[in-house]
Amino acid sequence: MRGESPRMRAEPAPVRGELRAARVVWQRELIRFLRNRGRLAMTLLQPVLYLLVLGTGMSGLSTASTGFRTYLFPGVLLMTVQTGAVSAGVSLVWDREMGFLREMLVAPVRRGTLLLGKCAGGATVATCQGAVVLGLAAAAGVPYDPALLATLVGELAVAALALTAFTSVAAVCLTRLQTFQAVMGFALTPMLFLSGALFPLSGLPSWLGAVCLADPLTYAVDLLRHTVTQYAPAHSATAPLTAWPLGPRPSPALELTALTTLGALSLTLATHRFARPK
Amino acid sequence: MSTADTVVGVDAEVTVLARGLRKTYASGVEAVRGVDLTVRAGETFGFLGPNGAGKSTTIAMLCTLARPTAGRARVAGADVRADPAAVRRRIGLVFQEITVDAELTAAENLRFHADLYGLPRRTTRARLADTLSLVGLADRRDSLVHTFSGGMKRRLEIARALLHTPRVLFLDEPTLGLDPQARALLWEHLHHVRRRHAISLFLTTHYLEEAEHCDRIAVIDGGRIVVEGSPGALKAAVGTDRVQLRTADDPAARTALRERFGLDADAGPDGLRVHVPDGAAFVPALCAGLGVTVLSVTVTRPSLDDVFLHWTGRTIRDAETAGGAGAR
Repeated sequence: MRGESPRMRAEPAPVRGELRAARVVWQRELIRFLRNRGRLAMTLLQPVLYLLVLGTGMSGLSTASTGFRTYLFPGVLLMTVQTGAVSAGVSLVWDREMGFLREMLVAPVRRGTLLLGKCAGGATVATCQGAVVLGLAAAAGVPYDPALLATLVGELAVAALALTAFTSVAAVCLTRLQTFQAVMGFALTPMLFLSGALFPLSGLPSWLGAVCLADPLTYAVDLLRHTVTQYAPAHSATAPLTAWPLGPRPSPALELTALTTLGALSLTLATHRFARPK
Repeated sequence: MSTADTVVGVDAEVTVLARGLRKTYASGVEAVRGVDLTVRAGETFGFLGPNGAGKSTTIAMLCTLARPTAGRARVAGADVRADPAAVRRRIGLVFQEITVDAELTAAENLRFHADLYGLPRRTTRARLADTLSLVGLADRRDSLVHTFSGGMKRRLEIARALLHTPRVLFLDEPTLGLDPQARALLWEHLHHVRRRHAISLFLTTHYLEEAEHCDRIAVIDGGRIVVEGSPGALKAAVGTDRVQLRTADDPAARTALRERFGLDADAGPDGLRVHVPDGAAFVPALCAGLGVTVLSVTVTRPSLDDVFLHWTGRTIRDAETAGGAGAR
């Protein structure tokens, strides 16, 4: 075959090729996120409203004025990350509906790699959103201590990864956007309420406490709360509000382990579903 | 012969080879029931049929997106079942629906593809510029894709599919939803691509006009190939143009047609209808020699419906209502 350009037999080392593929999928999520400023602003508005409106309103019920806002702060941070995680799921379902997913699926790359890139992208976006909401710390009576902020960002990143992976299981199974959004709308509110993000879980009947323990958000909120109460001056005022729903309150290390395990299991499950041949 | 071609050996000349390819879905739908195909290097191969005939499923199997229930297929020198990754690296795919990311620029879409396919970084830049100019989008390199027209998006997809220098380019209904001008332009680019890269084009369509661009055509219906051949042969087999005419005196015209032209005309509510091999050449002779005032003449070339009717005994509309399920 004369006159033919030399073929590019691009077959890099398998692992490096996969990593490069995961990276570009991750990159695309960031580009899309940064390009859509309107959506960015909207996703940040909700946590701000919760903190300022609900936090201020509920403070009337509590003894300390900023106490409830301090209590609410980890919850609001988690809400932000959760919204980000759901957006990552929406992005996956959206890719499927818009057809872009086919471009990815036909590439000579493992499906797990694509999913990993997608989750990492979603988690990065969610963590960044959480970091922005961290800017409201003063309004919640939480000091701008670099060590505190760094710890919180790290914890948010872990929670974001775990929740994004968790959501991706649903996103892989539910292939229609409407169904996905309906399921998310149905599942998210109870999960948020039962996590202790918005109100203390003390004094719940034990069966409801058990449900709370099955809610992954419970561990994420409590992890953040551990850290916040450690640094916040209103610590003593919020102490009674941090009661664990059932049994002894786990240590931050245990909660981190729980979240990491959830993330790893979810990712494995989602990959398994995703890689299933037609 | 380059080294790459010696590696694939005997298959170098045949880029797509399918034997007894079948797909039965879990629901029991038999989408493809034993398809044999041979496409040679540098050939444009058209795959025709109505929706639900098994076109998309066949393409999906050849592209390793669906696993064949039975039969075997070698694409670009690799077996679709044994080595799907090799097949994927050596084929380009343009899907029926638009699959570029509208929120990214043209260049970003291509770079995404380059990274996904692990193309050497040194050459990516040049390759990107090259493919974009090949499809006439060089000046829109950094425009967001949502500002593109449907035809431009399609051409960008073709550029993307060519980025990793595939040996076969699969195009599933590439001109669906495009206006005639965009369609013509797309074909111009496709011919250019084929000449320059000497690759096979494998496309599905349900427009007969598009079949004109193909070297060879196969008609699939009900999961089986019913006929295969060059466009000329297919059309010759269908045979005739339909000439519809309205005259001042239809019964007299009908008699004249029989006596002077030896044609049996069907009378209908819209006038008379006759079938002739070359309708356009028949019209002047008709007007001059009929002896009855001709009010209007319409010549219709054989349509896909005619080809389809001829080979399957059904029109496409019938075929769609009868067995439209199991398209993918």
